[in-house]
This record gives sequence, structure tokens and C-alpha cells, in this order.
Amino acid sequence: MIGLIGVLAAVASATTHASWVDVGTFSVAAAVVLAGAIGVVVARNPVHSALMLVMTLFGVALLFVLQQDSFLAAVQVIVYAGAIVVLFLFVIMFLGVDREENLGVEPLRGQRPLAIGLVALGTTGLLLLGQVSGWTTGAPHVAGSDTGQPNVNLLGKSLYTTYLFPFEATAALLIIAVVGAVALARRPPPSTNPVDDEDTAGPIDATGETVAADAAAAAEVASPPGEGGSPLRPPHASGVAGSPGSPEETGS
Amino acid sequence: MTINADWYLALGVVLFSIGAFGVLIRRNVLVMFMCVELMLNAANLTFVTFARVLHDIGGQVLVFFVLVVAAAEVVVGLGIVVAIFRRRANATADDLHTMKG
Repeated sequence: MIGLIGVLAAVASATTHASWVDVGTFSVAAAVVLAGAIGVVVARNPVHSALMLVMTLFGVALLFVLQQDSFLAAVQVIVYAGAIVVLFLFVIMFLGVDREENLGVEPLRGQRPLAIGLVALGTTGLLLLGQVSGWTTGAPHVAGSDTGQPNVNLLGKSLYTTYLFPFEATAALLIIAVVGAVALARRPPPSTNPVDDEDTAGPIDATGETVAADAAAAAEVASPPGEGGSPLRPPHASGVAGSPGSPEETGS
Repeated sequence: MTINADWYLALGVVLFSIGAFGVLIRRNVLVMFMCVELMLNAANLTFVTFARVLHDIGGQVLVFFVLVVAAAEVVVGLGIVVAIFRRRANATADDLHTMKG
């Protein structure tokens, strides 16, 4: 990592005319960001991945500070490192999946070489595009200049005037997300409609009216043989019953 | 005189690529979510850089919105993960092939 910092500092100072403080800060932050990102990908334990994600987020916050954007840096640390990563860690610990994962096995053959090829192609393409055509295009001062005033003032003013409707839309989005999370993570009450509960859907499928598509042979054995249209009826009945998860579960 | 914008943007490209690579190769759903967060952070870094270069506050407002959307995405995604894990233990992304055509 020290070597990475040195290389980044040398290259950045050679190509820009920035002061050595800026170059040094950028090099350290970039090295922290890259090391954290690689750590997220290669760590076997999900807890280690989450902690490496915190490291990356702090590095990105440092880069925000370096670009005179201190408010977003604070928000980055508070929201990302303080809320989102804590939520990740809470779910990891709650589910008890903090065990090592074997990264050696590759269930889909050729997945990793294909991923490496695609990502390398995309990265070099983007970097070459930036070198050839120039990074910064477009019209400046669309939503107001950010020079002269403190950052928070302009950000707040722009957020409550120009971007008022998207701001309200994010409020609605957060409400929907909260309701969705509660509806998803809520444990269903025990005495509701048993068809909706897939834990008990398997035995009911094998015996009762909601016949699964994979268990068609078993259903034909169970049902009276003289019943009309029996080859077509079980998949149709399973589609009406609304238990699409049961065929794979009973089949496997 | 600060660092050129090219360096920030190149770092954003590399960070996004690492995140995309992680989403492609990892099988743990939680780690895949973390790699999506990496990609969102790369986009945020690019937004802030362009906001500085173009003197436009809109980039920073967009970072604000990306933060909100990322929080909502993580909440709903982890709710789905909890709901899946309640049904079957030790689920990786390869085990969730119920909707495979």
C-alpha cells in the first residue's frame, strides 16, 4: 500500500501542477479507496468486506474534502459509514452468515475469465475515451454557480428551489422503502392463508387442490383417474393457486 | 491549484470497475450489495468532480439524491435477503434459481 501511495504521488505530481499537500492527500486517499475496494471483493468473510467498505467510504469522503465539498463528506461518513454499513453488519450478524466462503470454487464455468475480460475492456475503453475526447464536456452553470458562497448555503438553496420536486420525491421513496422493508422482513402471522406461506406449501401441494407442475405425475396418481383433462389441469391449477416457488422446492 | 479532474475521474472509473467485477464474480448476496455500493460511490466521486470542474452545484445535489436512493435500496434489498434467508439457510445467488426460465 505504501508503494501504491508512492506511485500515485509520483505520477500525480509529475502530471499536475498541484501543491505537494494536495498530491500527497490525493495519493493517500486514492490508495485507501483502491485497497478498500479490492478488499471488499476478495475478502472471504462478509464482515471483513463490510469493514473494507468502511475504509473505501472514508477514502471517498477524504476526496470530497479535497474538492472543497465538506458537507457531502460529512454526510458520506454519517449516512454511509454510520447507517448503511451498520445495517449491513446488523444483517450479517442477524443471519449468522459471518463464516468464511470458499472463493476457489467456480460454479459457473468461465464466469471469472469472462468477468475479468468484460471489466478490463470497459475500464480501458472508458480511460481511453477520457484521454482521447477529454473528460469534461457539457455546459457549466446549469443550476447555479458554486463559487463565492459557502457550500452548504448553495446546496440547501438549490435543493429547496430548483430541485424541490425531486426532494419531495425522495421523501416518498423513503416512505415506500420503509413500508416495503417492513412488509418483506415481517414474519407472517401463523393462521393466514396457507397457500401464501411457502413453508407449508409443499405438503399441501402434494395432497390437495393446488397441484404443482413438477409433481404432475404424483398428482395424477393421487387424483381420481377418470377426471377429464388431467394432463392439462395441474399446471393450470398451480398457476391459479399462486404458489410459483413450490415446484422448484419440491423438485429439488 | 488542486489536482486535475482527470485523476479523480480515472479513480472513479477504476473504483466502478472493481465494484462491477465484484458483482460479477461474488456469490454472496450481501457482498454483491456492498459491491453495488462501491459502484454508487464511484458515481458520487464523478459527480462531485464534475461539480467542481463545471462550477455547478447540481452535481452535489445529485450526490445527495444518490445517497437517499442508496439507503432505500439497501433497506429493501436487505429486507429481501432476510426474507430469503428465513426460508433457506446459506443462500448464495446461485441457489436462487426459482424464476429461471
